[in-house]
Amino acid sequence: MNSCSATTGGDGNSANNPWLPQSAVIRSISAEVRDVATYQLALTDPAAAAAYRFQPGQFNMLYVPGAGESAISMSGNPETHDSLLHTIRFAGNVTRSIAGMKVGDTLGLRGPFGTSWPLESCVGQDVILVAGGIGLPPLRPVIYRLLAERQRYGRLHLLYGARSPEMRLYTEEYEQWSEGGLDVRQTVDRSSPGWHGNLGVVPLLLERLPAFDPARTVLMICGPDLMMRFTARAALQMGMTAEQIWVSTERNMQCAVGLCGHCQLGPEFICKDGPVFRYDRISPYMKVEGL
Amino acid sequence: MSQEPQTEEVRSCFLSNKQFEKLFEILYGLDYEVIGPIIDQGAITYDRLTSVNDLPRGWTDVQEPGKYRLQERDDDALFGYVVGPHSWKKHLFPPVSTLSVADRTEEGWQFSEVEEDRPKLAFLGVRACELAALKIQDRVFLGGAYVDPIYQGRRAETLIIAVNCTQAAATCFCTSMNTGPRCQSGFDLALTELTDGFVVEVATPAGETVIQALKTQELSDEQLTQASAARQQAVDQIERELDTTDIHDLLMSNLESSHWDDVAERCLSCTNCTMVCPTCFCSSVEEVSDLTGDHVERQRMWDSCFNMNFSYMNGGLVRNNIRNRYRQWLTHKLATWIDQFGTSGCVGCGRCISWCPVGIDLTQEVAAIRKDGET
Repeated sequence: MNSCSATTGGDGNSANNPWLPQSAVIRSISAEVRDVATYQLALTDPAAAAAYRFQPGQFNMLYVPGAGESAISMSGNPETHDSLLHTIRFAGNVTRSIAGMKVGDTLGLRGPFGTSWPLESCVGQDVILVAGGIGLPPLRPVIYRLLAERQRYGRLHLLYGARSPEMRLYTEEYEQWSEGGLDVRQTVDRSSPGWHGNLGVVPLLLERLPAFDPARTVLMICGPDLMMRFTARAALQMGMTAEQIWVSTERNMQCAVGLCGHCQLGPEFICKDGPVFRYDRISPYMKVEGL
Repeated sequence: MSQEPQTEEVRSCFLSNKQFEKLFEILYGLDYEVIGPIIDQGAITYDRLTSVNDLPRGWTDVQEPGKYRLQERDDDALFGYVVGPHSWKKHLFPPVSTLSVADRTEEGWQFSEVEEDRPKLAFLGVRACELAALKIQDRVFLGGAYVDPIYQGRRAETLIIAVNCTQAAATCFCTSMNTGPRCQSGFDLALTELTDGFVVEVATPAGETVIQALKTQELSDEQLTQASAARQQAVDQIERELDTTDIHDLLMSNLESSHWDDVAERCLSCTNCTMVCPTCFCSSVEEVSDLTGDHVERQRMWDSCFNMNFSYMNGGLVRNNIRNRYRQWLTHKLATWIDQFGTSGCVGCGRCISWCPVGIDLTQEVAAIRKDGET
C-alpha cells in the first residue's frame, strides 16, 4: 500500500529501540538567512556514522536534552556519508536551543524516519520541484540526486518562492544547479531594491512555465499547506493528474514512528506514512479544516 | 456469538474453589506477579493480588451512560462484575515510563536506555473484549516497522487467565464488535465461574504448566451445561448495539456533518473516554531533568486527542475546538484505525459510555450520524 515506506535507522544503536537517540556532534554551522542556519552533524559513533543512509525527503529527530526534540528534514547530499546537513529555522523551543549551540557541541539524533520523494518514478520524466520558503531544504537532496544522474531525467525545473529576496536560501548554489541542467525560477512575495525577478505566488511560475508537458511530468511540492494546495490545483488545471503530484506534509511529531498519535491526519501518521505523500492519497484530508 | 466454537486442541477441566485458592501460590511459585480485580475507591480496578481474598467476592457493578456503581450480590461470585475504569493497558503501556536518559559528560551528551526490572505478569480475570483490546495493542506496538520496547518487554512473558462473562452491563456491546462475550483466543487459560468452582480451558503450554500444578477434575455433563448457560446469560443480557455496516465510509464521508456540532455542545473534552479506553495509545513526551540539568530523562505519559495542546503545531492548534477533537476521536476509533491497523479500535467494552461524565454514548452518536446520512 505504501510504495515509499520508511526505512529503519540502519545503525547499530537505535535499530532495536526507536526511542534511543544517538549522540551527534556539530561540525560546522553556516548562517543562511535571518533565523535560519545549516548544521553539519556527524554521529559520534564511527560505525553508526559509516552505516547511516537516508533517502531525499526523510527527516531526523534532533534532540536537545531538557528542551526536547524537533523533526528536521535532511537538506544535504544523500551520497555524502560522513556527515549530515540540516537546515533549521529557529522557530520553537527546541530549534532556539539549537541556535544557542556551537561547533563541537553534541545533541541527540534519531532517524532517518519517514517516506521519501519518488525519484525512481521520475526516470525518463520531466521533474518540477516547487518550494516555498523553508520548504526548499527537504527538496535539496532531490536536486543533488537529479543532477548526479542528470541523463536519467527529462527537463528539470525548480520553482522557488520566498517572502523576500533576502529570505531566499542557498542562493550561492543556483548557478551551479543551472549549469548542471536545473532550470531555476524564483519569485518573491515582497520585492526589495535590486530585485528584478518575479513578484507573486509560486503557482504563477508554474503557469508561466514554457514547454510544459503535463503528461510526462512529476511534480514535487514542499511548503506551507496552502501553498501546496494552490500549486497542486494549478497543476491539475494544467492537465496533470493527482498521481503525478507529491507533497511533503508537516504535523507535530513526538515519536516519529507512529506510536504517539500526535501527527495523525485522517488515516495517516505523517511521521511514518509521510511526510512525503502522493497527492491523491493525502489531499482529501488536507482540505478538511481541523482534521 | 452464542455458539461454543472451541477448537479441539483446547483441553477443558474443572477446578474447585478450594483449588482455585491455591492458584495464587502456584503463580507466585512460577515467579509471576498476579494482577487482577480489586475494589478500590468504589470501583473494581486491576492491581496486584496476594490471595483470593483480594478479589471482589460478592460484588457486582451497575453501569449506565455516565454511571458506575458497585452493588452487593446475593452470592459469593468472584468475577460477578463486568469491566471497571482500568484496563490491562496500564500494565503493558504504563501511564508514565522513561524512554531514554541523557547524561552530560566531557565528550558531550551520552544517551542510554533504562534497564527496567520487568516482573513476569499474570493477568487474572481478562474478559473477551479485553483479549481483543490486547490483540489491538499488540498490533499497534509490536506489529509495525517499529516496535515499542517497553510494551514488548512487558508483554513477552505475560500469562493471561481469562474469565468468560456470565453477565453483561447495560453499556456492553461486544456482540456488535465481534469481540465477545465468549473468550475465543489470546489466553493461556480461560475460566467460566460456577458456584462451586470453575470450568477451565487450557490453551497453551504456559497454561498447562499452571493447571498441572493444581488438582483438577474431569468435567461432568452438568458442569458443561451450567457453564454454557452462564455464558449464554451474558449474551442474552447485551442490548446495546453499534451497527458497523460500512462504518469507515459512513464516518469519513460525514466529516462535515452538523452532528459533530451537536456532540460538541455536550462533550466536556475531559479525556475520560480515552483514559478508560483499553486501546487508546496516544502519548506525549516530556523532559524531566535534575537540578543541574546534567541528567535528563525523557518520559512518555498518556495523553489524549481531547487535550487542547495535543495538536499544537507552528504556534497554533490544528484541532482548536471540541467539535474537531470529538470527531478525531470517533473517526479514529471506529474508522481510520481500520486503515492503520486493519481492525477497529473499539472492542465494545462500553467504558467510554459509563465513564463519560455527561453520558455521551458513541453507539448513539454513530446511529445519529447514520440517520443524518440517510436523510
